[in-house]
Amino acid sequence: MSTTVDDLQAIADRVVAQAGTGEQIEAYVSRGGETAIRIYEGELEHFASAQSEGVGIRVIKDGRTGFAYAGTLDPAAIAEVLADARDNVSFGTPDEFAGLAIPDGVAQIPQKFWDEELAGYPTDQKIALTKELEKLTLGMDERVRVDEANYDDGWGEVAVATTTGIRESGRGNSCYVSVSTLADDEEETQTGFGFSVGDSPKEFNLQKAAREAAERATRLLGAIKPPSKRTTVILDPYVTSQFISILSSTLNGENVAKGRSFFAERMGDQVADPRFTLVDDPTNPLAYTATDIDGEGLAARRNVLIENGVLKKFVHSSYSARRMNTVSTGNATRGGFAGSPGVGCLAMQLVPGTHTQEELIASVDDGVLIQMVSGLHSGVNPVSGDFSTGASGMLISNGTIGAPVREFTIASTLQRMLLDIVAIGGDVDWLPSRAHGMSLVIRDVTMSGT
Amino acid sequence: MSPRTDSPLIEPDVIARVLAKGRSTGAEFSEIYVEDKRSTSAGLDDGKVEQVTSGRDRGAGIRVIAGDTTGFAHTSDLSERGLLAAAEAAAAAAKQGDGGVHTIALQPVFRHPVNTIVQFPDTVAKARKVELLQRADIAARGVHGAIVQVSAGYGDSIKQILIANSDGIFSADEQVRTLMRVSVIANGDAGMQTGYNSLGHTIGFEIFDENDVEELAIRAAQQAITKLQARPAPSGAMQVVIKQGSGGVLFHEACGHGLEADLVGKGSSVYRGKMGELVASPLVTVIDDGTMAGEWGAIGVDDEGHASQKNTLIENGVLTDYMWDYIRARKEGRKQSGNGRRQSYADLPMVRMTNTFVTNGSENPDDIIRATDHGVYIAKLGGGQVDTASGDFVFGMVEAYLIENGEITEPLREGNLIGNGPQVLKDIDLMGNDFAMGGPGTCGKDGQGVPVGDGCPTLRVKSMTIGGTAA
Repeated sequence: MSTTVDDLQAIADRVVAQAGTGEQIEAYVSRGGETAIRIYEGELEHFASAQSEGVGIRVIKDGRTGFAYAGTLDPAAIAEVLADARDNVSFGTPDEFAGLAIPDGVAQIPQKFWDEELAGYPTDQKIALTKELEKLTLGMDERVRVDEANYDDGWGEVAVATTTGIRESGRGNSCYVSVSTLADDEEETQTGFGFSVGDSPKEFNLQKAAREAAERATRLLGAIKPPSKRTTVILDPYVTSQFISILSSTLNGENVAKGRSFFAERMGDQVADPRFTLVDDPTNPLAYTATDIDGEGLAARRNVLIENGVLKKFVHSSYSARRMNTVSTGNATRGGFAGSPGVGCLAMQLVPGTHTQEELIASVDDGVLIQMVSGLHSGVNPVSGDFSTGASGMLISNGTIGAPVREFTIASTLQRMLLDIVAIGGDVDWLPSRAHGMSLVIRDVTMSGT
Repeated sequence: MSPRTDSPLIEPDVIARVLAKGRSTGAEFSEIYVEDKRSTSAGLDDGKVEQVTSGRDRGAGIRVIAGDTTGFAHTSDLSERGLLAAAEAAAAAAKQGDGGVHTIALQPVFRHPVNTIVQFPDTVAKARKVELLQRADIAARGVHGAIVQVSAGYGDSIKQILIANSDGIFSADEQVRTLMRVSVIANGDAGMQTGYNSLGHTIGFEIFDENDVEELAIRAAQQAITKLQARPAPSGAMQVVIKQGSGGVLFHEACGHGLEADLVGKGSSVYRGKMGELVASPLVTVIDDGTMAGEWGAIGVDDEGHASQKNTLIENGVLTDYMWDYIRARKEGRKQSGNGRRQSYADLPMVRMTNTFVTNGSENPDDIIRATDHGVYIAKLGGGQVDTASGDFVFGMVEAYLIENGEITEPLREGNLIGNGPQVLKDIDLMGNDFAMGGPGTCGKDGQGVPVGDGCPTLRVKSMTIGGTAA
């Protein structure tokens, strides 16, 4: 990485140096901090600041894997973690593919992950800008109340070392603001949200966050439950981001190897509309989840997964790659020191189209603009492909926005939705998520209401 | 249950100094929450025990309140120096001026055990835990040749907590959890289907004396096999019969979250201002009970140090109370209800549910199905989500069937149902007499997950929207 974190690297190196004969060891050491500020009715509701650190150690011997972690960097605790991980090895089933990543010579693409201005940003200014966000939001519409206005930032330092020659460290920081709104009209209340992301607070667009939060809530006032029918949906960029994120598990090489992906036997097939090209590109500095290394310490890289609708590639860690007789795509994922690596997309992006959302709406005779979805975890099954979510939004008729609608679902299957894509917007929004978003038009989706 | 050690995680005199430091900038309240959690988990996938994991999470969160402002800091350094530094940071965050010197008089340690632990999981050999996974794998694969993949997980944790505050509260609890889950994939002509089953209680390894791992796995496998024949779920509003147990998720979403006092206080609940009013069918009595021994949401004390309680929220359809944490209750000059919970020492407590359920009615569950001409029978619910301000909520159907002419017929593919909380509660027209709790759940709110239980008898909602694709 661009900046090294020498003390954490030294801790990781010391753990790895203890490896015995025939033993592979990986040490992942991290430290981080965060600030959370919440404003309510012009006052500071809470201010939380914290620092945490920990170590995760993976030991592999004779094809068996053991893992242990602790939320401390106390030397005695680290020794205990190594002992626990070694003890856990004996309970694993031998797996010929088990092993750590081996440096593959792929060069890292330098990016800037640390912002000095954010690191030194004064607390009172963070509080002031959050108050400003609340005030701006309230000023957008007299029917709007603010449930909460938040500022969040975080920083992290990480080092990883392995007996196979991986040795990487680095640090990064990030920040965002968000606001939740309530809009009232007599007995009815609707909700909205808005946010803004930046390398530092000076990049925030508070006006946009406030406007979107107010609009999302107010435009649902008076919403009715629509009749059930098959229709065309336009997913708002935020919803598209959630939709794309779901696809990660179907393109995950480990899921493919274990028979958990409906794409398993489809390599080279037309699985999506020809307009659909999906890449995973953590080397794009615009992506919120951009990174230069993956969860195993290999260089992050750009991978084209679906090109013009044709399935081209699955993402792999070193383990899933060995199982499928291929090479890692630099897609090991890691949920901090408390977890061992998995596989997943890191920064998903669709190649955008050229139309604005207004133009896309104008092209739809009869449909619905989906502003929000709910229950993605309970109504979408990425193994079977069944897709069903709660939704709210606005009806579209003859190319114009009509009545607001809520308390309905949209349903299809993931397989069909990919083929039923009619248009991809050019309105790219780099959201604080693993996937960016833009307007996405999908036909033949079932809307269930009355 | 008596804890295996009576000595608190941190000495009382250190705690008193830390709490005093928390009030040093003029705050009227300071609190320390200390956690020491040891956990073991093991995962089997694709026929192999992939990994056994040992974990240790230990730290303290310090909360300081001045007026309407809360300052919070947490640390994994449990030395007096580390705790004082965190207290100073929290106090600075809630600074109101010069608070002077405070003396904190702590009460003796309060404990309120609700679960009886027979066999602490850390006394059980890891080999026995791993063996459970292998038994589940074999049992699931034995159900049918179409079972193509099995993943099984085991997890246990022992969490010691200590909570003390400047009002003198000084409480401790030992929270033991043991869990097992099985996920299965079946492959058929129409593609793959999944089955899932889980078991979790706030008890130790004796959970496996009372529950059969093979049966857990077989049920998951049967669910996947049944769904191979499933047809697309219907689209639109119809009668819905919800089976005992996991159906409790409906109430967790339809009214549970909306009855949390923090949301009510900010005017973001559809149930605000409805105290004493009829908000549900008279058949509905909703209770939140943190004392329910062995259930996933059972706790001795909540994460603000108060004894867990059994609270009636809706009685015969009438709203009788909201759920309260200490801070909101203190502000309102009333008693808290044992519902202040947090995910870990790194999080601020909020109003949270524990075990939320609906009590028995009088109908025979078979009669409820027989009384339904055309509808959907949901044998197993998945998770859900609610917008508490509008009351709109969804929940997933993991295992569901059509009801035709009073009989359960064909299995249905998965999907969400959607409804509006107050409307659905009023639309419950039949309540069964077969109450049961569902499986272990994790409730998410404001980025924090806490373990909860849900339960209900078989019941009918006269109209809900099924989010399928079939006409």
